Amino acid sequence: MTSIPRLPTASLTTSCRPVFFSGEVERYLLPGVDLESDGSDRPTLLLPFQSSLLVITSHRLVFVDEASSSAREIALSAIIHAFPLKKSMSIRSMFASPRVRLQVSISNDGTISEKGTKSSVITLVMRGKNTDPDVFYGKFMEVLRSREWELTASADQGSTGLEGSSSASGVNDLRITMPVVGVSGILRKEQEIWESTDKNLQDAFQDLNALMSKAKEMVQLAEKMRQKLLTTGSNSQGSSNDEEMGSKQDMQDWLLSVGIASPVTKETAGALYHQQLSRQLADFVKTPLEKAGGMITLVDVYCLFNRARGTELISPEDLLQACALWEKFDVPVMMRKFDSGVKVIQNKSHSDDEVFARISSLAQKPDALRKGVSPSDAAFTLGIAPALAKEHLLSAESRGLLCRDVSAEGLRFYINLFNEIDSANIYTIKSHGLLNAWHLATTVSG
Amino acid sequence: MQKLGEFKLPPFFNYPPYFTLQPVRETREKQVQLWKDLILDFSRNQKIFVISLEEDSPLFSNPSIERSLSHEAKVVFLSALVTDGRAEWMDKGHKKCLILWMRIQDWADYILRFVRENGLEDGVMTVEDIRSGFETRGTELAGIDRGVLMRALKLLEQKGKAVIFKGSSADDEGVKFSA
Repeated sequence: MTSIPRLPTASLTTSCRPVFFSGEVERYLLPGVDLESDGSDRPTLLLPFQSSLLVITSHRLVFVDEASSSAREIALSAIIHAFPLKKSMSIRSMFASPRVRLQVSISNDGTISEKGTKSSVITLVMRGKNTDPDVFYGKFMEVLRSREWELTASADQGSTGLEGSSSASGVNDLRITMPVVGVSGILRKEQEIWESTDKNLQDAFQDLNALMSKAKEMVQLAEKMRQKLLTTGSNSQGSSNDEEMGSKQDMQDWLLSVGIASPVTKETAGALYHQQLSRQLADFVKTPLEKAGGMITLVDVYCLFNRARGTELISPEDLLQACALWEKFDVPVMMRKFDSGVKVIQNKSHSDDEVFARISSLAQKPDALRKGVSPSDAAFTLGIAPALAKEHLLSAESRGLLCRDVSAEGLRFYINLFNEIDSANIYTIKSHGLLNAWHLATTVSG
Repeated sequence: MQKLGEFKLPPFFNYPPYFTLQPVRETREKQVQLWKDLILDFSRNQKIFVISLEEDSPLFSNPSIERSLSHEAKVVFLSALVTDGRAEWMDKGHKKCLILWMRIQDWADYILRFVRENGLEDGVMTVEDIRSGFETRGTELAGIDRGVLMRALKLLEQKGKAVIFKGSSADDEGVKFSA
């Protein structure tokens, strides 16, 4: 009696997107999927949830349940065989949900994993509406056939052989390790890199399918080449990676700009395009939000996001829709529109009161009491973009914290003293309080 | 303390936002209130009856902080006084404004009180005497705007406390008070 095969859990981001490994790329999405064991009379469900979203990546099948924010996975390497689709003409099969049967390898403890000692047959049931089983099967087989998980494994091993001059053993020891001594050693290293690059290019352009899988590598190579072309008058060839990448800050920015290796595209996600895009966007904005102090204009997000995607750019309407969808999901970010019409993205945890407290204390410093606060002053002190600083100042004004002063020097804001003035006693200033502080600051300077 | 002639300016006269029309409603209301009071106090102190918006008034600018009220702001504050019944527009174009730092009714009462205190009932005075004569020196009546004075006297006439009669020329207009 065979036990029910179990699936390992898969990790998700806070926006219910799968966490991808390095080198893993999303290939296809299919909603409304169930997984059953192949008991002919009474099939048992293999997932603790129903009607999940199947994410096919270059390395795995990930079954996502958004309702419970959980997911399970099957490594593609554990799939021994995918049975061809049955083309049955019976009436029963016309109304039934399409099924794909897979033979998977099972380890001793019953988990579906590669190199198991046993095997079992499981069935993928496609219950989603508008699911074309032939399209799905075609895509699925393509991914299985390309066996990308093996490529990534060997690439990792190969690259370590290139970098370190002292690596002795390596699985792919096809390279002749020569001593890296002097200029000839450096030149030889350069030569090896360029030969490998050349071979990469040749392989890529021969087969279009192979090109697609090499796309990520291509982006990286193109970027490296571009940077090399830009550095004029560089003295030493074969400089170390650190010098190429520049300072740590540049490294960060570079990583950010090529940070998304598997953009959600209309092709991979089909009808789910906007939903998945919305979730991916929520994941993406986290880092820039932190850098910018909790709030970014929508325009800036549009530029950053498209730059990171590289290709498959999204339109402004797509971005707006993606942000609007956030209301339906439980994501930690939100879109917000100021009275002036400026749209921003901010963390849900962002507190207006905290910003107002900072503005209020800035406006009460002696300099600010004398000359007021301009949007650029506030931007500098708060560490945010000037456009956003102006929005915050305007909000503080409408709350009654600040007053505006319009003059030849432009628009400035002062702490609101009108509330402190007693109409019945306009000549007296109490010895404590805001009015007194202002009076002292302004009369001392003369 | 800053002064404009004899008049003592309040501390907030040096607060730049005081000279910018505030957009936020609550803040605006406070600002308008302060300006209304200031205009009335200043006008009373300096015996100003007419404010002309086309001329520079020392009240509406503060050179030490390099700020002045815009034309729009002046109209807003004076209109607020008009709504309160403490001022009147003298022309449709809102270029000149009559400031009633004492209401016409108050002027009438003041005149009557003055007449009684000085035993001038049953006496006759010319209008010009009331405005610049010896008897009214040192009182509020000295230098009163002619138009305002006539309106106050007419009010008294309606109440039967005075009779106005014309002289041979405009300067000879006279008033007879009755007790």
